[in-house]
Amino acid sequence: MELSTLTIHELQRMLREGETTSVAITESVFKRIEAVEDKVHSYITLTEDLAFQQAEQADRNMQSGRGGPLTGIPIALKDIVCTEGTRTTCGSHILENFIPPYDSTVVRKFREAGAVFPGKTNMDEFAMGSSTETSYFGITRNPWDLSKIPGGSSGGSASAVAADECIAAIGSDTGGSIRQPAALCGVVGMKPTYGRVSRYGLIAFASSLDQIGPFSKDVEDCAIMMNAIAGYDPKDSTSVPAEVPDYTRFLSKGIEDWTVGVPKEYFIEGIDPEVLDAVKRAMQVVEDAGAKIIEISLPHSEYCVAVYYVIAPSEASSNLARYDGVRYGFRSREGRDLMEMYKMSRSAGFGDEVKRRIMIGTHSLSSGYYDAYYKKASQVRALLRRDFDEAFRQCDAIIAPVTPTPAFGIGEKMDDPLQMYLCDIFTISCNLAGIPGISVPCGYTKSGLPVGVQFLTGHFEEGKLLQIAAAYERHAEIERRRPEI
Amino acid sequence: MKLSREDVEHVAHLARLNFREEEKEKFTLQLNDILVYMDILNKVDTAGVEPMTHAITLNNAFRDDEVLNSVGVEKILTNAPDRMGGCFRVPKVIE
Repeated sequence: MELSTLTIHELQRMLREGETTSVAITESVFKRIEAVEDKVHSYITLTEDLAFQQAEQADRNMQSGRGGPLTGIPIALKDIVCTEGTRTTCGSHILENFIPPYDSTVVRKFREAGAVFPGKTNMDEFAMGSSTETSYFGITRNPWDLSKIPGGSSGGSASAVAADECIAAIGSDTGGSIRQPAALCGVVGMKPTYGRVSRYGLIAFASSLDQIGPFSKDVEDCAIMMNAIAGYDPKDSTSVPAEVPDYTRFLSKGIEDWTVGVPKEYFIEGIDPEVLDAVKRAMQVVEDAGAKIIEISLPHSEYCVAVYYVIAPSEASSNLARYDGVRYGFRSREGRDLMEMYKMSRSAGFGDEVKRRIMIGTHSLSSGYYDAYYKKASQVRALLRRDFDEAFRQCDAIIAPVTPTPAFGIGEKMDDPLQMYLCDIFTISCNLAGIPGISVPCGYTKSGLPVGVQFLTGHFEEGKLLQIAAAYERHAEIERRRPEI
Repeated sequence: MKLSREDVEHVAHLARLNFREEEKEKFTLQLNDILVYMDILNKVDTAGVEPMTHAITLNNAFRDDEVLNSVGVEKILTNAPDRMGGCFRVPKVIE
């Protein structure tokens, strides 16, 4: 068995018992990267030298008994989290040469935990996309079928975990950017509650929605990753000073006597029959595990895409105003005065999707339109959140599809932005309401593409979320296939 | 049409973006498609609903006014596209 195919908890046991070393694990990961990276392209930047330095240090720490749960484990980082000394591009030409002068809080926590960084993963430019096709650095391919997209925007993190080019990874989720690629690549992906994980050093897309979370090969690893990254950070004033439990304690608890809600609005026309079948089988598994399934209603679901595509671009248009060619990032040399320099730097530095969203956001916030778009969307957002509050009075957790279809073909939706936006229909509400959500593999289509099922719980109930995800994973016994690349 | 070509030019200026003629054409069409889709929001009665601006209710996050370490001028300037001494240099602002 190649070490790169194993989980964090399997490798940790081996490291503790002296059966392997972090250097050996890191070698195995880089051997795998060497073999498949040309085809998959999960990474924008590989940091092999750094990784081996960290691995050697981790081995020394393990030997002297100073190892923790992530010591010596190769974790890939989405290229949206700032890494001091390693360039951080956000998938954009405008940050092509940006070397952050500081670490994001998650990266600092991983360094302190003794993790190993194999590299920075590919993503849609500024996390705007559902397919990783808008990256300035080229597309990523789905390890299960190289003609398909891996999902997005954290497509490189998802494909790196699925293809064993790392052991686990970090992504960010603004409207589904962790859960959707996790589902399409057959791995576990969690978006924590807004405020659970510090956003300090996460390059901002939509600040009221962005949240960092893990990708992993199973639910137990997800809990281990959450233990490492959750918690209040004085450097992020929106992080919440709430107690962080040991998430691994929830894994074996089971869901007997739970009530699990199925939102009737999520079973719409247009959902792929094979996805529908897989999710219905997952509902059966949850029932077999001892939970009662009830129908619930989230009556404002049909508005979530419209709400999101007003609020997220509005916040983005403001956040991305900082890229002006003055302090860092790309500067056009052609502008004769300051205004020309701004316009030419931004126009050459951003790709089409980013420009489209800046335009929508600028228009939504502009004089005379604010009430019709931003205010209206924020009011409907309040109603969407109320739907969830109401639902969680009736049930412990919600079960739903993650995506309406399995992975689609490369290029298929690039000319129709609205069709691309509708990919996020089942993941967006969770960000708008601020609640946590997880995608867990629940089967394969006939052609061998993975399908995921989504669980949702109330604010700060990641423990319960992992509890139902672990119970599902245990009872479903989904065949663990590996992609042939 | 929600947005005319002139509107697109106006918004582009606000956003500090330039578009070529054929891009203006494409963006006008695509932005109109998207904005027409947003009309679905008008179906919702939101009278009296307080707009939601944060996912989690938080009060102001205050801290003591203490001087802490900062990154430092030299380190920040390493990413500057153009610099002079301890400053960022930009093209001429005033005539």
